[in-house]
Amino acid sequence: MPALRIDRLVTKLIGPISLEIAAGECLALMGPSGAGKSLLLRAIVDLDPSSGNVMVGMHARNDMPASDWRKRVALVPAESGWWADRVRDHFPAKVDATGLMEKLGLAGSVEWDVARLSSGERQRLALARALCRSPEALLLDEPTASLDERATGFVEDLIRECCGKGMALLLVTHDRRQAERMAKRLLRISNGRIDQPSESVP
Amino acid sequence: MNSYISLTYGDLLLASIFLLMNAVFSILLSLRLERQLIVSALRMITQLFLVGLVLKTIFTLSSLPLTLLVAAVMVAFAGREIWARQDRRLHGVWGIGLGGTSMLLAGTIVTVFALTTQIQPTPWWSPQFALPLFGMILGNTMTGVSLGLDTLHTALYRERAAIEARLLLGSTRWEAVSAAHQRAVRSGFIPIINSMAATGVVSLPGMMTGQILAGVDPQEAVKYQILITLLIGGATGLGVLAATFASVWRLTDNRERLRLDRLAAPRA
Repeated sequence: MPALRIDRLVTKLIGPISLEIAAGECLALMGPSGAGKSLLLRAIVDLDPSSGNVMVGMHARNDMPASDWRKRVALVPAESGWWADRVRDHFPAKVDATGLMEKLGLAGSVEWDVARLSSGERQRLALARALCRSPEALLLDEPTASLDERATGFVEDLIRECCGKGMALLLVTHDRRQAERMAKRLLRISNGRIDQPSESVP
Repeated sequence: MNSYISLTYGDLLLASIFLLMNAVFSILLSLRLERQLIVSALRMITQLFLVGLVLKTIFTLSSLPLTLLVAAVMVAFAGREIWARQDRRLHGVWGIGLGGTSMLLAGTIVTVFALTTQIQPTPWWSPQFALPLFGMILGNTMTGVSLGLDTLHTALYRERAAIEARLLLGSTRWEAVSAAHQRAVRSGFIPIINSMAATGVVSLPGMMTGQILAGVDPQEAVKYQILITLLIGGATGLGVLAATFASVWRLTDNRERLRLDRLAAPRA
């Protein structure tokens, strides 16, 4: 049974789009700028109005409050926003933020101001912030776009770990080699539609 | 104590001497202000004479429909002013309707309350009391509501990423916008808080000054001023709260989304 199933999703600008991701699978999504990759991710988490159905496990999006849905399906956008000054204040009080940040190569940054972090460090902080809420599906919009090789390694290791735990992953990337490293299947999107058929990554 | 001194038209002419002197200076120093100065002074004089005429007619006729009509005209002008003072406004009829309705509700509730339980003229809607009172309350509520809405809409637009980040982590719309909403409410309250703190020390309120000039005992004038200021503070607060809550409700939806598509682009 698929962990994340998207069925004829349509917004004003994209669709209809249908796709399925199994538990523990990482699916890569590529396509030119403006093809609708980020819009698809926003529609899945219900941040933009859309018709069609999305299921995570046995649960349909339209049957639960949006806030509950987003605890199950997490999106890390390409550029995240910050509502508090300190890194720690972006994590729930009971979460071990220090351990999570260490895993992403950001040991000791928990007491810092977000403004002090580089854009690559912020991207990793956004990932940590989403993961500490243990979602069932994770949608990543170019998670390594402004990272160096070492930081990219940290993020990719963490993605593999998430898949190992049975999370369903949808990875938007511009990096063909990253798609090959991380995903067994690759979808291409253009003009708001998925190009058929999907490619298998060798 | 009744020492009211009636003014003659000659007195008014005499009072204009210094203003005319300024116009002469403007010509001598080629400041090119003389035209604007004279035109705006003439406008002020004509407008006030007209409004004096209108008020006198309304007070003599003392008719409820006419009083309501004048109140409605005041609300329409104030509503347009709220709309014009926002950089980013709600789309369509919401743009003028939401702020105008909030101001109308707050202003009407407070004015009717004051007329029926404190001032108690006969009849309670007597235009001589109702219209000046409503005007003062409306003017201040208008300032508060327009500041509150302007701050709210700018904040929601600029802080979209931070608000959506909270929504993405499972916050409700009210949790996600709470910081922006609080700031908007504060900015709507600040003028009235500042003016209450400075009243009597830095400035003597115009209404009280007018009553004292008209020969009213200063202690009586002060009581009226306190009543008015309390009413203004109350109405401004209610108006700001109503307008900002309604606008947050309009700019989000029940699927916990930020709906900036319901916000119009700013003026060029």
